[in-house]
Parts: sequence; structure tokens; C-alpha cells
Amino acid sequence: MTANPNVNAAAPVLQLQDIRKTFGGITAIENFSLEVRPGEIVALVGDNGAGKSTLIKIISGVYTPTSGTITIEGESVAMSNATMARAHGIEVVYQDLALADQQTVYMNMFLGREPVNGFGLLDRRRMINETEKLVKELDVRIPSAHAAVRDLSGGQRQGVAIARATHWASKLILLDEPTAALGVAETAKVEEIVLSLKQRNIGVLIISHSLDQVFKLADRICVLRRGKQIGVRETDKTDKNEIIAMITGLQQH
Amino acid sequence: MPSANTSAASQANSFASRFNLQQYVVYFGFLAIFLFFAIVLKDSGFLTVRNLSNIVLQTAPATIMAIGLVFVMSAGEIDLSIGSTVAVAALAAAVTVNEYGLVAGVLAGIGAGLLIGLLNGALVAYVKLPSFLVTLATMGLFAGVARSMTDLRSIPVTDSTFTGFFGSGVFLGIPSLIWWTAIAVAVGHIIYRETRFGAHVLAIGDNARAASVSGISVPKMRLAVLMISGGLAGLAGLLYAGRLQAAKYTLGETDLMTVIAAVIVGGTLLNGGKGSIIGALVGSLMMGMLNNGLILMGLSVSDQMIVRGLIILAAVAVSLREKSR
Repeated sequence: MTANPNVNAAAPVLQLQDIRKTFGGITAIENFSLEVRPGEIVALVGDNGAGKSTLIKIISGVYTPTSGTITIEGESVAMSNATMARAHGIEVVYQDLALADQQTVYMNMFLGREPVNGFGLLDRRRMINETEKLVKELDVRIPSAHAAVRDLSGGQRQGVAIARATHWASKLILLDEPTAALGVAETAKVEEIVLSLKQRNIGVLIISHSLDQVFKLADRICVLRRGKQIGVRETDKTDKNEIIAMITGLQQH
Repeated sequence: MPSANTSAASQANSFASRFNLQQYVVYFGFLAIFLFFAIVLKDSGFLTVRNLSNIVLQTAPATIMAIGLVFVMSAGEIDLSIGSTVAVAALAAAVTVNEYGLVAGVLAGIGAGLLIGLLNGALVAYVKLPSFLVTLATMGLFAGVARSMTDLRSIPVTDSTFTGFFGSGVFLGIPSLIWWTAIAVAVGHIIYRETRFGAHVLAIGDNARAASVSGISVPKMRLAVLMISGGLAGLAGLLYAGRLQAAKYTLGETDLMTVIAAVIVGGTLLNGGKGSIIGALVGSLMMGMLNNGLILMGLSVSDQMIVRGLIILAAVAVSLREKSR
């Protein structure tokens, strides 16, 4: 616990220090250190098998790191499942979105965390109101909070998944390839939503294969190669050539 | 697979209007069959209060089983053992009520159902076997148990409180079997539609992984729905024993097809994620009405089976058309 609230506010929402993860004899991640500050978007890039998913699973509580520390707003935490990560204010938007297709948008927003009234019955009014409010704030254009998710377009579904994460995340949102399955216009819309998350003073960690997107959205870019952290660059002070060189490990000039 | 999802979503848009119609198939079907019999059997007593209330009374056990099956199927599972559970529960209740009285009999019947549900549920949830195979096996297993329990003999139930409570009794002018149906439907509907439990049942049937990462315990939910189904099949067994004032291993033997048909026609998806208790009630009443009408029309048993099979096939085909993606 830090006594000074100002120090707390400036502190990174997420701090990873010397994270190392091994599976049997295989090292998936080593010497990984990264900070995400509130209102900041950090991109995690690297080739397939670089260790991005392992890292996401560590931050979302699915894997426990072999060594190293995870600090959330100055407090060191040990997580052993996704529920614990959620309790710490970390939400994940999975690549497959983890939406229940036949249920309504508002039921998906509250999946597993449905509010109930005094009789123990679902408080639908509250779920609908909060869904409508958030969907409007984030400008996710869905027909209605009552719509079944299966009737939405890919971009709308992604919007719902991000809205859900935004609703519950108090510290950090992890976005795993948020536009991989989307068309051009829908990608632009989702990117807009991601950028608007900065105003909410939470950290965003985004995994993306599109360097265009990374340069458009991220404040800093962290490059992984074969489980090793190659470096972190501020987006303003680097260019695609440097990042590509870092990703591929080919000469840097 | 995001790409598959996207194309499915856009497809779903064009299906949306037709899909809504599917939810109401059971109500139209019910009305159509009702009108058909009302006209054709005008002079055969179909429309008498006595006959219509008989239909409701006779379908009470099937309706109660259907409620359990709505929970199971909404969770993406199936329970084929409900018919055998009915027989075991009815026999357990009959033997116990004759020996130890009403309360013990009721507990034995419901308890037998819950235990079978617990066995099914534990094998599905924790041993991770498919519910289709588990309950196919326990269906046969408990059919055998029911046969051996009393050496194929029928056990009379003489306790008049029991037979009144679960069979021929009348309370506030309404037969007890209608009370049981109404209470089970009302409670089932509220739990299914208005509680977190119901929402989680639908969530695990819809997308078990999404439910799991949202903090819902998928195994616990699977165990719970199969125990609900077993418990309600136990209650159905009590209703049979009460109404017939006897229990026999043949009770519930032919109910499985009727109940599954009622549930599917009533708008519950075989693959989970969507369903309706009220729909299952109407589906069950429709099956009972069909039975009743075909008998009144004077069809032979074999013809009845053929016609009923064809109508179920048609109804299920209409209900399922939009779902087979």
C-alpha cells in the first residue's frame, strides 16, 4: 500500500519484472519486463511462436510465471486463474471473443457477473441500461442491447467484446488480435474504439500482426522474439523498418 | 474461429425473421392440431371438459420430465435415462410408502431420481464422458434395475394420502396433477428465465469456453442440470404411481421420445443455448392431445404410432430447420 495517492496515480497499472516461464525444459519467456501506465496503449509484437500468447496468459492469470513479479498499481500479485486477474481489474478480449452467440448483447456484457435484485432474480433493467450507456459512449453501433450476438456483424461483435472488457476493467485491458477477422471499415471502427479507451485512464496491451495498426494505436511497442524481449520503443521515435528488423532479427540499419 | 463466426453472423441476419417464427411453431402446431380434432372429432367427445382435462392429467408426468430436459438440453447435454428413472423412482416410492409411510415414500422416489442424476452428472461433468453415451448406458442399466427390483411384479400403492397427493386428489377444485404441472412449470420457468443459474445454463450450452473464462463453473452446471432432470423424473415417477395407484417397471418406458419431441418442438435447441419451459409445456400438451385425438379417431395402435411419428418428424423438422448450421 502506498500512502501518497499522487504516487499511486502516476504508478503503472501493470508492471512485469523479470518474468520467466518454462514448460518442462523449454523456456517460453525469459527476462521480460514491461510497464503499462494508465491511459497508455502498448503493443506487443513478434512473430508466431515468439511468446505473445504465453505472456497474455500470464497477465490474465491462466499461467503462473516460473519466476518474476507481477505488480498491479504498485501491489505485487500472485494469480492462479482468470477469475483472480478479473478481480484485480484486468480484462481480456480473446481472439475468439468468448461471446455466447444466442444470448443477447446485454447478457453477454454481464456473462458470469449478472446483477440480481432483492428477490435473487436477474436485474435486466440495470443490465440493459448499463449496456446501452456504454455502447453509446464507445460508439459501438449495434441495433439494440436486446439483439442476439449471432445477429451482429464481426465488427459489432468485436465492439461488444471490447465494451464488456471496458465495463469491467478498472486497470488493464488485453486485446488479442482485435481486428484479425474484420474488413477495412470495421477495422477502422474498432481502432477508433480502442483509441477512445485512453480517456478512461486504464492501460491497454494490444497484440497485433498489423504494424500499420500498431503504429496508429500504440504509444510504445514491445518486441518479442523467441521468448526474449528484444526491446521497447516509443512509437514516435522509431519506424517500421526498425521494428521489422527487431521482429525478424535481421540486421538493423 | 473468427472468420467462421463472421460469416455465420451475416447469414444469421438474413435468417433472423424466419428464426423468430420458429419459436412460435409449437403454438401454431398446437392450435392447428386442436382445431383439426375439434372439427373432425366434434361428435366423438374430444371437446368435452372431461376429455380435455384428461389430456392435461395424462401429460403431467411427461411435462414434468420435459422441464428437466429443457435445462439439460439448454446446457448442451442430453438425458436419455429419464424413462428408466421414472420406473425406478416409482417402484422405490411404492415399496417404501407401503412399508414406511408417505414421507419416506416421497423421499425414496425423489431421492432415487436425484441419485441417478448425480451418477449421470458426475460421469459427464468430472469424468468428462459425453452425456449421450452416459445416459444411453444408464437408461439400459436402470431399466434393468427396475425390472429386478420387484421381479417384474407390479406393486400396488394403497396409501390414500399418497395417491391423493400425487394422483386423484383435488385441491381448491383443481386436480392435484394440474397443480403439480402448474407449480413445476412456474418454478421451472422462473429459474430458467429469471435467475443467474438459468442464465449460466444457457451460457454453457451456448459457448462453454466463453462461460468458463467468464468465471462460470462448467462442470458444476453440468452436474446440476442432470440432477434437476433426475429429480424431476423422480417426481414424474411419483405422479405415475399416484395416478395409477401402482408402480411397475414399464412406467415411463415409452416417454423418452414424446418428451424429447415436446422439448424440441417447444423451441429448445438440441445443441443448447436456447430454450423455453412454456414451449415445452405446450409441446407436451400437443403430444398428449395428438395421442388422445388419434385414439378417439379409432386408429389402431400401429397406425397411431405411425401417424404420431410422422407428425413429430414434421414438427421437429420445422423447428430445427434454422438451427442446423
